[in-house]
Amino acid sequence: MSINLAAQINSIMAALILLTAFGLLVQRRMYGLLHLFAWQGLFLSVSTAIVGYVSGAHHLYISSILTLALKVVLIPYILHFLIRQLHIHKEVEQLVNVPTTMLIGIALVIFSYYLTAPIRELSTLVTRSTLAVALATVMLGLLMMITRRHAVTQIIGFLALENGLFFAATSATYGMPLVVELGVALDILIAAFIFGIFFFQIRTTFDSLDVEQMTKLKEED
Amino acid sequence: MIELYPFLIEAIQILIVLLFAPLFVGWIRMLKCWFQGRTSAGLFQPYRDIVKLFHKDVILAENASWLFRFTPYLVFGVTVLAGGIIPILSLSLPFATVADVIAIVALFAIVRFFTALAGMDIGTAFGGMGSSREMMIGSLAEPAMLMAIFTVSLISQTTSLSNMADMLIHKEFILRPSMAFALLAFVLISLAETGRIPVDNPATHLELTMIHEAMILEYSGRHLALIEWAGMIKLFLFTTIGIASFFPWGISTLPSNAAIGGLGNLISISAGIIFLILKLGFLGIGLILIETGLAKMRIFRVPEFLGGAFLLSTLGMLSYFILE
Amino acid sequence: MTLLILLGVSFFSAIILAFVGDRKFAPEINILGSAATFAAGVGLAIEVYMHGPMTAGGKFFFVDAFNVYLSVLTSFVSMTTAVFSRRYMRWEREHGRVGHWGMRFYHAMFQLFIFAMLLALLTNNVGVLWIAMELATLSTVLLVSLYRTPTAIEAAWKYFILCGVGIALALFGTVLLYFAAEKVLGEGGEALLWTNLSQVSDKLEPTVLSLAFVFLMVGYGTKVGLAPLHNWLPDAHSEGPTPISAVLSGLLLNIALYALVRCKVLVDGATGTHQAGYIMMGFGLLSILVAAFSLLRQKDVKRMFAYSSIEHMGIATFAFGLGGQIATFGALLHMLVHSLTKSSIFFTAGHASQMHRTQEMDKIKGLLRGNPLVGWGLMFGVMAIVGMPPFGVFVSEFLILTATMKDAPLLTPLLLIGLGVAFAALFRRVQPMVAGLVPANQHPLKAAHIPVILHMLLVLIIGLYMPDFLSQWFHTAVELLK
Repeated sequence: MSINLAAQINSIMAALILLTAFGLLVQRRMYGLLHLFAWQGLFLSVSTAIVGYVSGAHHLYISSILTLALKVVLIPYILHFLIRQLHIHKEVEQLVNVPTTMLIGIALVIFSYYLTAPIRELSTLVTRSTLAVALATVMLGLLMMITRRHAVTQIIGFLALENGLFFAATSATYGMPLVVELGVALDILIAAFIFGIFFFQIRTTFDSLDVEQMTKLKEED
Repeated sequence: MIELYPFLIEAIQILIVLLFAPLFVGWIRMLKCWFQGRTSAGLFQPYRDIVKLFHKDVILAENASWLFRFTPYLVFGVTVLAGGIIPILSLSLPFATVADVIAIVALFAIVRFFTALAGMDIGTAFGGMGSSREMMIGSLAEPAMLMAIFTVSLISQTTSLSNMADMLIHKEFILRPSMAFALLAFVLISLAETGRIPVDNPATHLELTMIHEAMILEYSGRHLALIEWAGMIKLFLFTTIGIASFFPWGISTLPSNAAIGGLGNLISISAGIIFLILKLGFLGIGLILIETGLAKMRIFRVPEFLGGAFLLSTLGMLSYFILE
Repeated sequence: MTLLILLGVSFFSAIILAFVGDRKFAPEINILGSAATFAAGVGLAIEVYMHGPMTAGGKFFFVDAFNVYLSVLTSFVSMTTAVFSRRYMRWEREHGRVGHWGMRFYHAMFQLFIFAMLLALLTNNVGVLWIAMELATLSTVLLVSLYRTPTAIEAAWKYFILCGVGIALALFGTVLLYFAAEKVLGEGGEALLWTNLSQVSDKLEPTVLSLAFVFLMVGYGTKVGLAPLHNWLPDAHSEGPTPISAVLSGLLLNIALYALVRCKVLVDGATGTHQAGYIMMGFGLLSILVAAFSLLRQKDVKRMFAYSSIEHMGIATFAFGLGGQIATFGALLHMLVHSLTKSSIFFTAGHASQMHRTQEMDKIKGLLRGNPLVGWGLMFGVMAIVGMPPFGVFVSEFLILTATMKDAPLLTPLLLIGLGVAFAALFRRVQPMVAGLVPANQHPLKAAHIPVILHMLLVLIIGLYMPDFLSQWFHTAVELLK
């Protein structure tokens, strides 16, 4: 596989990651969200492996396998389990203003492009152009967490945001040092267990996972 | 003679457009029947329908204006004209050099505009409803369509469909995410523009859901025949636009004034026709797979559907800038 | 070696406590573990005092004057908090607010939290610093929701989501930092080591670093509780158990600020301008003003002191942003005295709300007569925190104000308004709480004396006379941060 072809495949993966990020933004169904998220993880994993191949940075393979195990298998499985346990698989989230959300999303992509433009100039890596996509994925995850009202969706937004960060690490620098990557993965794993516990707590206390109900704590006048 | 030769090819192409369009529709209907386990009416049923309609009398509403009578001819004429611009058989068509892809979109907009006016002309409730729905879809689909096409234009640095196809054929093939996005967007838009399933259902007259059929409910006889025929051509043309801008391999690239009736030219044109038939056959299957796999969506969801198409085409354009 | 003991003790205490669970002697183990950690912290401090900055564990850890004093502070406050929580949590357990599993969880997570903070302080790797910060968040999230009330869960969720997002942005900043560092130091783990980075900071690409700083500022700033990213802080502090509020406010905010300041040094070195400082000053000043005016409207006692923490973190951030010898010295001192004072205030406020079965300030009355230690403790604590002499906060605030008048005179009025409003708001609220007759809803309580007295004494001593070793440390740290 030539470097050129690898770079092309990598940009296809980048495009797919971006597409899934948009998909997550507007998907209503729980399982649909979960599948999209798993796909995003898969694209990320493939992309990491390709970058690892191109750059000869072999610790990226570990990172890629880690992503595959964590983001494609384990976390979707945990979420799947939770969704079944909590009987929310039939819940369909009401979304307001899908077109507006999409337009904001597009604006965020453009914004990320401009923000990362100076870095593109400095970088010599074949993957440098995907940095904008990585930042855009982070921003879209953030947007998802703001616009969605369901606890599970917010968590998926958060995890998508983390995907963007991993992608940024591989595309800007061919991956962070291994100890950092491992630590971040560990943190995500702990986070996964914590939100699992959280879902049960929220469910038993509020009888639903709609975050809208949590508005008691406000500044009283 | 040399100057006449391109016009010969142009004439052949228009003939093909006229003849192949009902055939393509027949093929799609036949496939659909097979997929749903029914016996089909045969590949040539659309021809029979058109002929039958031409033999019937025209019944006009009392308050129909000249606009109502004029629209079918205009619609048919403009659609066929668009068929002359799109490089279907050869890249060097005399019409193609004077009009680019924006002109094609504009021609379709004219068709839509007059159909919608005619739908409202009689003053029935269905006509108005159909027109309003059609215009809503159009207003959302056209920008998305232009964005998708512009993405391809950006890559090939031209807005002429022939040159775009030429670029694709002759340049080294690169995996381009922008093209993939544009193609996806184009498929969604084509489904909406040609009134296929998830947006509209061409086979139904169920009042709640129909869009295009509601507008032309008052037409009969040869008027209806022309409009139906134009509709088939439109479907055919969208397919060929897709072919020209995304899968142009096989279209004759020889300059058409090379030699008078040159054998090479003849072969290349015939090869073009064969490729065209093959591609249409496959695309028909693809279309049917989409149609049988999806249910028609509620009309209120259509803006989201087209918003998605717009998003995809915009992403295509952005990924051209960002990733390529 | 001392360094490994320092980290190891808390980590293993966490594991042991997870197994010990709700047994009778669990609080004692907790205290013992924290005390051992503190002893190791003091040992480390002596080593650094004798031999100067050092690295350990193959450059994985790094100790200098700046982080050693924060480590001692962290281990000290966690020890006193462990002492405090013995009585406090026993009361909560007896009154059915926490269950069997809750206690197990509380003790284990408390130690894990301390481990995470110490790791954040002592690591030499900017990436590991991030990981430890995230670990510190994760270990406290479920402690905030320990009571399982709707409001507690809401607060914890907010904390989880907001800090998660914030810290994620900080990771992006760290990625950018690594991107710049890799060009100078080459690929691999070496490029994220602070000791290496600080040596070559002037060679790092300024455009990348200033972009990175924006992300780091927003990320760690969320954790520091700087306005406008402070929304999680009052909720988490008011709904969690009081010992957790005390360590969150007294320690975690400091650690986040520490991370931010470390990054600022690099950015300043690269850009050669004062840009990062201005950003920090802006955030700091905004936090002071927002918090001061929010203080006026508070009804919940712990919530009010949470806002006070935002204000003081704002002051420290502002001072670090201002730079210069006096301001940085003041900021370092302020981190220390605020941490001591605020945790002591939370101890007393926690006991006060236990006595009245409520956190509403309107219902808390007559503390001086009801329980002199709690009453006087709260009284002196508030006097100290609003900056009255002779307490230590007065000294640090005075230094910072002086530096502001010298370097940014136009901002002095704003700073003074913030301090004045906070002063008025806190005093107006505290007076009715401590004075007056014992109300009917007050119940007697055995309070934990030692932590409160110890903290207040230390703050007083620092205010009256600063020990030599402390000022020498601060001067060394000031040199480092220049």
